[in-house]
Amino acid sequence: MPSLGPVILNVLTDRQWMWIASGFYVGGFLLGTWELVRRGRPSGVAMYTLIAVGYALQWLGLGLRGRAVGGCPLGNTFETFQFTAWSAVSLYLLVGVTFRSSMLGYFSSCLGAALTVLSLSIPAWDATRRTHIFGNNPWIEFHAALALFSYGVFALLALTSGLFLLRLFSLQSKRIGGWFSFLPSIMALDHIGLRLLQAGVTLLGLSLAVGSVYWLRDTGSVSHAKLLITVGLWVAYAAALYFRLRGRLLAKRFAWTCLILFAAALASLGPVDASRRTPPAAAVHTPRAA
Amino acid sequence: MSTPHVFVIGANHHKVPIEVREKLAVDAGKAEALQADLAGIDGLREFAVLSTCNRIEFYGVGSDAAAAERVQAAFCARQHFDGAEFEKFRMDLRGREALQHLLEVAAGLDSQMLGETEIFGQIKEAYAAAQARKSTGPVLNRVFQKAFQAAKHVRTATAITVGQVSVANVAVELALDIFGSLGSARILLLGAGDIGEKTAKAFQSRGAATLTVSSRTFERAMELATSLGAGAIPFDQREARLPDFDVVVCSTSAPTTVVSHPAVDAAMRKRPAQPLFFIDLALPRDVEPSVARLDNVFLYNLDDLAKIADENRAAREAEIAKCRALLAERTETLWKHIEPQLKGLPGLNHGAGADPAPSTTST
Repeated sequence: MPSLGPVILNVLTDRQWMWIASGFYVGGFLLGTWELVRRGRPSGVAMYTLIAVGYALQWLGLGLRGRAVGGCPLGNTFETFQFTAWSAVSLYLLVGVTFRSSMLGYFSSCLGAALTVLSLSIPAWDATRRTHIFGNNPWIEFHAALALFSYGVFALLALTSGLFLLRLFSLQSKRIGGWFSFLPSIMALDHIGLRLLQAGVTLLGLSLAVGSVYWLRDTGSVSHAKLLITVGLWVAYAAALYFRLRGRLLAKRFAWTCLILFAAALASLGPVDASRRTPPAAAVHTPRAA
Repeated sequence: MSTPHVFVIGANHHKVPIEVREKLAVDAGKAEALQADLAGIDGLREFAVLSTCNRIEFYGVGSDAAAAERVQAAFCARQHFDGAEFEKFRMDLRGREALQHLLEVAAGLDSQMLGETEIFGQIKEAYAAAQARKSTGPVLNRVFQKAFQAAKHVRTATAITVGQVSVANVAVELALDIFGSLGSARILLLGAGDIGEKTAKAFQSRGAATLTVSSRTFERAMELATSLGAGAIPFDQREARLPDFDVVVCSTSAPTTVVSHPAVDAAMRKRPAQPLFFIDLALPRDVEPSVARLDNVFLYNLDDLAKIADENRAAREAEIAKCRALLAERTETLWKHIEPQLKGLPGLNHGAGADPAPSTTST
């Protein structure tokens, strides 16, 4: 008798699992919107549960995809969007419960839903799947996973920056009632933003450091465009951190900077993926329809 | 023979002006004597006394309808208050209405400051005191316990306690929206005005780290600082010391502003990442309005705070009908239990002596 695990895993394809996960994120977003409109406050426990279930299912889908492609699933734009959403939600599940975070949950479900639905809705992003893109080198895989995880950190940073701007708007326009009252405090958002920026810069820096070891061995292995974009992004985030710590990039300007940088990071995913050169061991195939 | 009944008799802020409430107030010294008077009343099986600055209310279970009148007579005699005068504004509710009243009082619906929760603690104290004296019994024990449950239910199921409704508490709530916690917040009180003092006290009660007072008259500042357990600084140092504070409460009667834009700008250069919150309660205003344009500076004046308090109050008022409906359901359920319980109690045979006064506590 076959064990239950493989049976469950083979019931649906990786994309189907990810669709269901996306449904939970959308459900969290809809529930939050409904509760905000109806009761003027987001739903804490129910929201967290929906996101957690969606996260687990997305993990399952990514795991299946990873098994199919023989490594971390980062071989096309669809996979990078999925992995970024998964990283951001991982961080929310870790840090979201530590401070007044019901609105953070609402916006996390919104982010998770947006990234996953978008990536699932554009078949071209998943038209080709590259297998074994990292060859047999776990360090390159580690480098790529770290880079994408840092994108997840920056996604959550963008989210907290959005919350910061909303809180600032509420305090400056002197509208503190209603659902504004469920936003975290200015200081809490500022602290978490700074910590996320530090974590993101460190992770992306570490990823680039690991990647640079292999790039130095073979400078032709990475396209100039990819090099320029990724290093430029890291420098921009590092500069934001430097100016924030020096007290020269604060409050509203800091929040807007983080939002703009994340938009740039998202926009860079396509070009970076397109400029990636296929390692010798990698194969490209067109997947069966999900 | 009369049927036992539950009642509430008393006076509260709805009908009684403060001058009269002062005369009706029962201080600790009188309370003991009054309790002894009530314990000796014929046909008063159970009782509890709720005495706050806004109300004096006697909850009781009488063996006959006249027990409440005897309670009123005993109270007026003890307070040397004219009984006929008391009847003009007294509240006298019986049966189901008495229960509904207690539930509404416990939920803060009957309070001067709608939805406040202090009354809940005061009722708990009154009930605990009555229990300690063994003046409650099976009926009042059930009534009070169900009232507490109902009040908690209303607080969680409605928005009756959401948002602060006093200027001082609104200011504290805003500070929490900025700082998250007041554990490390340093407060500077500029001026010795009454409203400023109340606001400073509100910050202290919510755990502010330090309080410093500065007034145009240093002696007055010292006096107020001593009474508040705070520090004091000379008034002419107020602007130079701004970087040392997180919240500045202003309530001077100065004819012009006492905190200038350049001073705040200079202070923020020394602490750019740390917000500075000005609460300007003075008229004319103490803080130059343009400081609100600076990064990480928040400025609220008296009108801003009053507007928020009014909005919160209106939001609470909009919840009243929902709360009353919830409490009416609870009252109905409670009454279904209490009514047969009352019928099971022996009544008072007129002219045949009294029931033994207060029964023992059943819990």
